[in-house]
Amino acid sequence: MTFLEMEDVHKTYGQNAVLRGVDLVVDKHQVVCLIGASGCGKSTLLRCVNALEEIDAGVIRMDGDRVSGRGIDLNDLRTDVGIVFQSFNLFPHMSVLKNITLGPRKVLKISQADAVDRAMVLLESVGLGEKAHEYPDRLSGGQQQRVAIVRALAMGPRLLLLDEITSALDPELVSEVLNIVRSLAADGMTMVLATHEMGFAKEVSSKVCFLHQGVVHEEGPPEQIFGDPTQERTQAFLRKIVEAGRL
Amino acid sequence: MSDFARTEVPVARRVPRVLTYRTASILSLLFPFTGIPALLASLKASRMQRAGRIEDARHDGERARDWCWYSLGYGLLVYFLVFLVILFTIRDFTVSKTFFKVEGALSSAKAWKSLLKGFWINIQVFLWAEGIVLVWALLVAILRLLPGKACKPIRFVAAAYIDLFRSIPAILVLYIIVFGLQTARLPILEDFSVNQYCILALVLVYGAYVSEVYRAGIESIHWSQVAAARSLGLSYGQTMQYVVVPQAVRRVIPPLLNDFIGLQKDTALISAVGTLELLARARFLNNSAATLTGYAMAAILFIVITIPMTRATERLIKSDQKKMRVG
Repeated sequence: MTFLEMEDVHKTYGQNAVLRGVDLVVDKHQVVCLIGASGCGKSTLLRCVNALEEIDAGVIRMDGDRVSGRGIDLNDLRTDVGIVFQSFNLFPHMSVLKNITLGPRKVLKISQADAVDRAMVLLESVGLGEKAHEYPDRLSGGQQQRVAIVRALAMGPRLLLLDEITSALDPELVSEVLNIVRSLAADGMTMVLATHEMGFAKEVSSKVCFLHQGVVHEEGPPEQIFGDPTQERTQAFLRKIVEAGRL
Repeated sequence: MSDFARTEVPVARRVPRVLTYRTASILSLLFPFTGIPALLASLKASRMQRAGRIEDARHDGERARDWCWYSLGYGLLVYFLVFLVILFTIRDFTVSKTFFKVEGALSSAKAWKSLLKGFWINIQVFLWAEGIVLVWALLVAILRLLPGKACKPIRFVAAAYIDLFRSIPAILVLYIIVFGLQTARLPILEDFSVNQYCILALVLVYGAYVSEVYRAGIESIHWSQVAAARSLGLSYGQTMQYVVVPQAVRRVIPPLLNDFIGLQKDTALISAVGTLELLARARFLNNSAATLTGYAMAAILFIVITIPMTRATERLIKSDQKKMRVG
């Protein structure tokens, strides 16, 4: 069943056309991986989905409803779509618990006690129960990113966007974050992730999209994209990844 | 590999800068207390270098350099103190007598009591003004930064207020507000006391400065914080309230303190509209005792109140940072 649908989406910054007609379909419970060189539009695409960027042309539909263009309650849309950023973006002046409960309390209007209960359950599930009252700067990168994932999950999103969430981490901290994504995938969370972790993309995704020059250049199941890419650009990209020892 | 990687400078043969140390240590003799050890060390460094003991030469050269820096630091302080002593003693202690003559009208406890009574007015005025400025300036800064085409007029008015009140001298604003509003007899405002007019004037002037400080703070918060807040579904207002402003305020406490110290001192301006505050009373005392000691006493009172406030704020910042950061 189709959940997210992007049709001919364009996004331009000044002279710089970043998205030039993206078509993308994400089914419910699917994990879709976006791969491609830096600057190919992966991050921009994700930011357009939860309207952190306004698209210039095209349509984005969620669950059949148009969610782009005029007259859309963006705050409402964003409670449905969670995003986790490369650089965590936790609020440094709030404790971990406050970071997580801010959205539920102020946006979903859940009571303080309920929000804390829920946050604690989620924190425990990622192994950070005892860090609830710490401030973000006292945590390691991996811990911060796990908190950021929990913060997004606390809003009860139906779609989770992950924007290169392991790119800013030391190598030994990557797995603790990816494990959470694995278990989310197993639980059936619909996710779109931009990533440079090709091995992980191969393992976890239902579909891989190779972005090149602002369009989805090639898409398919991971075995096909990584094993037998048909497009020359895709082959060239993957060759470089292999040369760098990343696949 | 390239030639670049192969080029070597043999470390052990690098020559210490013996000549530089010598020159510096000779200059250091202006403050012999540390200048002499500097010179001795630099001479030893030269001897060691001539003897081919490069390691020792380096060691002594470093000692010479350290002594030279001590000469600069402590020498300057000592000479400055000497200058002060001379200033206060030449011409048969004229300067001391002018500013620190504690006899006649000024010897009495009455004088201090009178000054303190005046200073109490300054304190009241700046406490009220600071409290109001804290809120008012933040409001102006937020209005100044409202997004969207619809809010353009609001942004414009806020910017105009800031431009206007930063350009007019504070004393002029004071005259305009106090004398202007007294004569204009506007509703509500006509019931204000002179001190309240003064508070209003200082709030208008300092509100303009402080709102720019707030604005700088708000703009310094990285957009990724806003993106994170908005992605949770928080509205623009909620994002400002819970995420941006709390971080911005923490960041601008030092410049805020700066402006508040300025405000405290500028309460002396209200003597110009006939308020019997500290400066006015100091002037009376000077006139009756024919010295300037009253001013010195007034200055001491301002210092006594400003320095503890500065230290207290610094401590507050430290403890807040300690809570949030490692180490």
